[in-house]
Amino acid sequence: MREGVTEMSQRIHTIHTISLWICIVIGIIVFGAMAYTIYAHRRSKHPEPADFHEHLGVEIIWTIIPVFILAGLAVPAAKTLIDIEDNSNASMTVLITGSQWKWHYQYLDADIDFYSNLATPRTQINNCLIGVFCTLPEEKGTAKALRESNENYLLEVDKPLVLPTNRKVRFLMTSNDVIHSWWVPDFAVKQDALPGFINEAWAKVPEPGMYRGQCAELCGKDHAYMPIVVDVRPEAEFDQWVEDQRIAKELASGQAVADREKTWAMAELMEIGEGVYSTHCTTCHQPNGEGQGTTYPALNGSEIAIGPIPAHIDRVMNGKEGTEMQAWAPQLSDRDLAAVVTYERNAWDNKTQDIVQPRTVFENR
Amino acid sequence: MVAHAEHIPHRSGLAAFIARWTLTTNHKEIGSLYLWFAFTMFFVGGAFAMGIRLELFMPGIQLVDPSFYNQLVTMHGLIMVFGAVMPAFVGLANWQIPLMIGAPDMALPRLNNFSFWILPFAFTMLLSSFFMEGGAPNFGWTFYAPLSTTYGPDSTDFFIFGVHMMGISSVLGSINVMVTIFNLRTPGMKLMEMPLFVWTWLITAFLLITAMPVLAGVVTMMLTDRHFGTSFFSAEGGGDPLIFQHVFWFFGHPEVYIMILPGFGIASQIIPTFARKRLFGYNSMVYATVSIAFLSYIVWGHHMFAVGMPLWVEMTFMICTMLIAVPTGVKVFNWTATMWRGAMTFETPMLFAIAFVILFTIGGFSGLMLAIVPADFQYHDTYFVVAHFHYVLYPGAIFGTMAAVYYWLPKWSGHMYDERLGKIHFWTAVVAVNLTFFPMHFSGLAGMPRRIVDYSLQFADFNMVSSIGAGLLGLTQLFFLYIVIKTIRGGEPATDKVWESAEGLEWTIPSPAPLHTFETPPAWPIVNVGEHQEDSV
Repeated sequence: MREGVTEMSQRIHTIHTISLWICIVIGIIVFGAMAYTIYAHRRSKHPEPADFHEHLGVEIIWTIIPVFILAGLAVPAAKTLIDIEDNSNASMTVLITGSQWKWHYQYLDADIDFYSNLATPRTQINNCLIGVFCTLPEEKGTAKALRESNENYLLEVDKPLVLPTNRKVRFLMTSNDVIHSWWVPDFAVKQDALPGFINEAWAKVPEPGMYRGQCAELCGKDHAYMPIVVDVRPEAEFDQWVEDQRIAKELASGQAVADREKTWAMAELMEIGEGVYSTHCTTCHQPNGEGQGTTYPALNGSEIAIGPIPAHIDRVMNGKEGTEMQAWAPQLSDRDLAAVVTYERNAWDNKTQDIVQPRTVFENR
Repeated sequence: MVAHAEHIPHRSGLAAFIARWTLTTNHKEIGSLYLWFAFTMFFVGGAFAMGIRLELFMPGIQLVDPSFYNQLVTMHGLIMVFGAVMPAFVGLANWQIPLMIGAPDMALPRLNNFSFWILPFAFTMLLSSFFMEGGAPNFGWTFYAPLSTTYGPDSTDFFIFGVHMMGISSVLGSINVMVTIFNLRTPGMKLMEMPLFVWTWLITAFLLITAMPVLAGVVTMMLTDRHFGTSFFSAEGGGDPLIFQHVFWFFGHPEVYIMILPGFGIASQIIPTFARKRLFGYNSMVYATVSIAFLSYIVWGHHMFAVGMPLWVEMTFMICTMLIAVPTGVKVFNWTATMWRGAMTFETPMLFAIAFVILFTIGGFSGLMLAIVPADFQYHDTYFVVAHFHYVLYPGAIFGTMAAVYYWLPKWSGHMYDERLGKIHFWTAVVAVNLTFFPMHFSGLAGMPRRIVDYSLQFADFNMVSSIGAGLLGLTQLFFLYIVIKTIRGGEPATDKVWESAEGLEWTIPSPAPLHTFETPPAWPIVNVGEHQEDSV
């Protein structure tokens, strides 16, 4: 097990080590006895079997001794558990929301929130050798080499969670769709994110660094592709980062107004749209817009992508209930939504020549 | 297992064959049907495992896409649990319980036929979902809501119906076992004189009859959530997705023991035979099994330590779970004491039984570690858990079944299996099991979550070793199939007693066992054969 960096992860590591050694010692005694009897009491060496078949004293002893060993294990475990479950006196709180297949972080004490997506490109992942059970587009040949040169393959995100050192951070976990589980081994924090309910956990990290983890509860198709990266910075740097985020947010809201007022050209929207599409849409609908089976429908030539524009905007902004198609309105800016809709209406064989402006998206919010 | 057609009304060729096997009410024939069905499903589930391990051979996506991978994981679990292990144990119960208690047949023979013939239809339906739009169930064999309700594929309804049918089959089968054991023991055989295989199956039957209806309940709640507007598992309607997990694991933990208790019974039959010494601590074995069964109802929460339960609930479940180590330890000590100062020989059934005890104990150790809540926060849903339950299930349930087949096949078929081939099978299987599942402890501790189609580069070496082991393991089971067929078709004739110091009523009848046995109840205690006087230490 990883020792980790927090006090709790190190205490857990100690408990793990103790229980492992207890098991090893018991194993040596029991398996040793078996090995001895298998060797010494085989018929060729020990032709006359003994006749005993019960002994109350021995049976009581080997019932009682394990009880004491277990009690010895349970006490430190219980103490640690009590400390782990003590969520009080946190100096800041982060609300973590899982959704298929990304994490949303909201700093409740500072007006900051962002989504954190897998950053490993699909060109490193998809390497289908035969097409029967693997309908993803081929990236033959190159994927393996790219993958092997990437030491953080599958453990990298576009925007990591940024935390300060030496402050007790309380995490609130919830989910938008199915159950996810937020796990960073180095903090020994693993807590399920349940739709409609909020769970608590906490960590106090003494050392700065990049800490990586993964979703630990099967959450559908891309369960393997929703990593967690936590960027722990010294307190002063963290405070500076919070300030930077505040300024960036103000700039962004000014930018959003400007984006709305501007009338965009097709080429600009197509370029932005292609980027948005490849980050958010390709895991299901594929880069070529052909989708995967009936669960992830093709966009190329689809009724929605070449039909009436309002229905298309509505589907992208609000998703489709009961499917994995989620609502993108809370996740993307007006500009990005407009760009991706424009892109879908004009990419591949969808040559509708329609342009959707950010202000149209804004009016639909 | 073959050539008893003279008892069936005269029909020709294929019609006679079909009529005989579909209409049979004979416990031996139904036992064979169960065993062949389980064997078939074992290969189907095994094929899915091969698909999983091939994909995990190295990082990246090579053979199956993520959606299909999840379907393979789900179906591997469902098929192995409900299609392979459980029917195999019911098959052994059908063959052996009447023979071991001196009964002419199971108490309810027509019900017996019905409970078997439900299964092929249930599994055909379940497997057909692979060919449906949206694919087979893809939410893991634990089918947590809401992944299986709101987000489940359309084929989920077929899965629900299939689970209902399997549940009916199991409940009927367990009623049959209970009624048989309580009513058809040969006169004079007290409960505390029954062979341990019969005892463990009696307790298993109680677990089945109480646990399976809970499973039926949870899938019905799923069905109404999916189609009839209820909200058991959805917070939007006032429900709670955790209700699903509580109900599921209230079934699921007894289910774990359903899959291991008959294995305990098998080891308790085989080890004394080849140690040439009576089972040590018969009474404590029975009490330990009853305690394990009782505890299995109050430990379900240990599957859910990461869901955010209150502190005192976690503590209670931790302590109850750790307590299971006590009766389980008693069993392991008793088996060791049975071997102690015996005169052991190591035929294939004995080898499998010893491997069962040792490897199951390793699975027990990791189980104890998993019970410790703070540490479980790190182990939960990683490959450490996958290693743990495969260590208790493969060397436990599967090796137990294989030991039983080698042990009783001469009685069933009238032929000795080829001892040399049996030993080759044993040694390759032991090596392959450890090669497959031991590295999973390490990948889990290093931080690899379970049920992922693709993994980061640090886990690559462990996974490659596991995949190579799994390939070998698959091959050894094809070899096992060959050995079984070869034995049925011919071989050295088996004596009635088969094993030099075997004890029990099943060894007093001819080999192969005639279609009808014990039409008049045999004398008890057994005279002449394998007699043992009341003796004490």
